[in-house]
Amino acid sequence: MLNVKDVHVAYGQSEALHGISFEANANETVAIMGRNGMGKTTLFKSLIGILPLKSGQIEVAGNEVSKDESYKRVAKGIAYVPQGRMIFPTLTVEENIHTGLENAKVKKVPDEIYALFPVLWEMRRRKGGNLSGGQQQQLAIARALVTDPKVLLLDEPTEGIQPSIIKDIARALNEIRKLRQITIVVSEQVLSFAMDVADRLFVIEGGRLVHESTRAETDTAHIKQFLSV
Amino acid sequence: MSFDEIYNIALMQGFAGLSLFSVLLLMGLGLAIIFGQMGVINMAHGEFMTIGAYTIFMFSSLTETYAPGLVQAYFPIAIVAAFFIAFAFGWLTEWALIRHLYKRPLDTLLATWGLSLGMQQVFRSTFGPKEVSPTLPEWLMGSWAPSEGLDIPINGLFVLGLTAVVTGGVLLALYKSRWGLRVRATVANRAMANATGINTKRTDRLTFAIGCGIAGVAGAAFTTIGSTGPTSGSLYIVDAFLVVTFGGAASLLGTVASAFGIAQTQSIAEFFLTGSMAKVLTLLLIVTILMIRPQGLFASKIRR
Repeated sequence: MLNVKDVHVAYGQSEALHGISFEANANETVAIMGRNGMGKTTLFKSLIGILPLKSGQIEVAGNEVSKDESYKRVAKGIAYVPQGRMIFPTLTVEENIHTGLENAKVKKVPDEIYALFPVLWEMRRRKGGNLSGGQQQQLAIARALVTDPKVLLLDEPTEGIQPSIIKDIARALNEIRKLRQITIVVSEQVLSFAMDVADRLFVIEGGRLVHESTRAETDTAHIKQFLSV
Repeated sequence: MSFDEIYNIALMQGFAGLSLFSVLLLMGLGLAIIFGQMGVINMAHGEFMTIGAYTIFMFSSLTETYAPGLVQAYFPIAIVAAFFIAFAFGWLTEWALIRHLYKRPLDTLLATWGLSLGMQQVFRSTFGPKEVSPTLPEWLMGSWAPSEGLDIPINGLFVLGLTAVVTGGVLLALYKSRWGLRVRATVANRAMANATGINTKRTDRLTFAIGCGIAGVAGAAFTTIGSTGPTSGSLYIVDAFLVVTFGGAASLLGTVASAFGIAQTQSIAEFFLTGSMAKVLTLLLIVTILMIRPQGLFASKIRR
């Protein structure tokens, strides 16, 4: 579903990603593990089109998106939940979700979104900026989901969120995949969370993917070595 | 002087302030949308107002020459035309100039200032350096006298009504329409708005054009209370910026409140002092208040 081929990304002269290639299938969750500064966020930003590619290709369901602006990629089926949530603080919760309905025929929040995140229904008239971190994370996921994506990208969804909510988010992600059969790509530092949601794990280090394993084969001790500082 | 006379004078002077408030608000509204949305300081905003004013003048002279019978009716149509002509020029300006400069805010300041000088010269070459006035329909003339010794000019009432309609329309569009949602999302976080599927470039262009269109309406309103020259707009630009900064850049309600405050202070002080002393007093007040509240009158209360 998502096909990434030899992606290079550079900030000015300094190259941050040195040829990343991977595939993620429909109805599959892929985790990209790595420490801070290894290129996770750079990879995700280049997948959604906030950062331009230096070279390489990104395909979604067979459609080439490498040169598209972000909003066109969204129309072609990528949705993005950024690190730090980045919800619109001055908009109400309901309006935040509405921003994702740009390409939808009916501009109404689907019931299943509120079924998935009941807290958003209770808070729907509040300003997004007044929600707690965990609630904002759920809002960011809801906003991405209403675009009806084929590929859902989540950049460190557990960062700065209390442990009980992390469990909720893992449950929601598994629920979403069951309901919609979509591809989920998630970047993570918390191994237990990744083991809860992912079918396959990659490790990114210094802008390269250095390790790949399915969940069943994963040697957690080995991956922990990559994640320890 | 009896108490009644003082009361009447205060009312009339207050109403003169309301006319100034109307023009300032329409100018500030367009500027606030453009500045709040795109961070572009549009120094040519006054010239878009002048475009609106000259549009009314052109409609007036054309009607007088070709269809003298319609003099009573042209004005409302000309206001709509003023909006769309200023809108079209705004659209063109964004496409040709502004969009290349989004990442260089100081350069937009310089570029739009240059644009403003250029436009002033175009007005001068086209319409001449002398100030012109359109022939206003008769129903805009005269005054309304609800009681003895109290005269409220009808053109002032008309401008006030027009301003209320435009302001209400803009607020409604901004908070209820899809365009408004796009604008507010883009203001909050441009890259993220794009990544939720919003075409931010198209939103920018439309927003800039709408801001300029509102300036055109301000120009149309201006023709009923003053005569139009090539530099008419530039006289209002400083005040319009004051309105926006004083009100709080992102808040339209603040723009309304600050336009009202500035216009009333100016107008009432003018009655007791000279024009320039009134200006000094207004500026002093604004500077003092901005020192205490640098974010402006209204700033939304949220965690960022």
